[in-house]
Amino acid sequence: MDPRYTSTAISLHWLMAAGLIGTFALGIYMHELPFSPDKLRLYSWHKWAGVTLFMLALLRLAWRAGHRPPALPVTMPTWMRRAAGGVHVALYVLMLAIPVSGWLMSSAKGVTTVWFGILPLPDLVGKDKALGDLLRDAHETLNFILLGLVAAHVGAALKHHFIDRDGTLARMWPRAMGGFR
Amino acid sequence: MMRGLLVCLAVLANPAAADALTRLDPAGSQVEFTYTQMGVSLQGRFRGLTGQASFDPARPQAARARIEVPVAGIDTGLAEADAEAAGKDWFDAATHPVARFEADAVKSLGGNRYQVDGRLTLKGRTRKVSAPFTFTADARGGLFTGQFVLRRGDFAIGEGAWRDYSLVGNEVGVRFKLRLDR
Repeated sequence: MDPRYTSTAISLHWLMAAGLIGTFALGIYMHELPFSPDKLRLYSWHKWAGVTLFMLALLRLAWRAGHRPPALPVTMPTWMRRAAGGVHVALYVLMLAIPVSGWLMSSAKGVTTVWFGILPLPDLVGKDKALGDLLRDAHETLNFILLGLVAAHVGAALKHHFIDRDGTLARMWPRAMGGFR
Repeated sequence: MMRGLLVCLAVLANPAAADALTRLDPAGSQVEFTYTQMGVSLQGRFRGLTGQASFDPARPQAARARIEVPVAGIDTGLAEADAEAAGKDWFDAATHPVARFEADAVKSLGGNRYQVDGRLTLKGRTRKVSAPFTFTADARGGLFTGQFVLRRGDFAIGEGAWRDYSLVGNEVGVRFKLRLDR
């Protein structure tokens, strides 16, 4: 069996990694800005990016359903395999739940999400200030859980690479960036 | 006989016909607007309309209207935007506290449909506007509903960094609802 993920899975992984970091940072930054044209632009871009990341997450899930990931190193203990599996499931759940919470929040705040200013998403909830505030808190909390899980994910990958030296990271490392093996 | 005389006197005392509606009901009146922000359609409104108006469906050409709208009470549909909208770049409520519409001519379009031609003054700038409207009579008086489209750029609404129409569209749909009672 090929010890590496497919190049499609690798591309989607790193594309989403960059997109998630950028969209997360944008969310933190725009939130603090005073009301201004730039703030409105950044909010729109953040929403467009979020919808795009949601689509990419669906695409990744569909790809994964048809392509079994490469085996984990045989040296890896069972508890670690379970932990890795659990974190991956949680990451997928959050990659879907976070954009959905943002989309619902936007609707509750009375602003329809219009993808790239062209494609309107349906408003699944009506304008409702209390619900909007609740969804804002949910969006924020889910994002900080994601931040924690991504830190664990990156930390584990680095540990496997530099301490265990078991080739786990090489499975996902783009060949174009100089594969490890 | 006595009653007939009183009606005659009342008609003489009031230059508008006895059937004319003249009392503007602020609670039943408002101006709504629709604008786009980066492709998103948003609605807002003004309330607290005041002014003088007179309308008799039998004699629409004699109608008069001078409606004033306090701009500081704008509801943009976005809480954060309300304070900004009253500021200098937008309506500049401190310098131009009221928007004003003055009707110059009203004509019938058949049925309960009419058209009003008049002048709209926003932020100290006056432009001609025409709007078709519908009049619906009821027991107390009647309701006028109509709409027109204005370009915010014609009135310097949204200056400076807000001038970018790809951010907030130039065309703004205006829908008015006006109640006049007897």
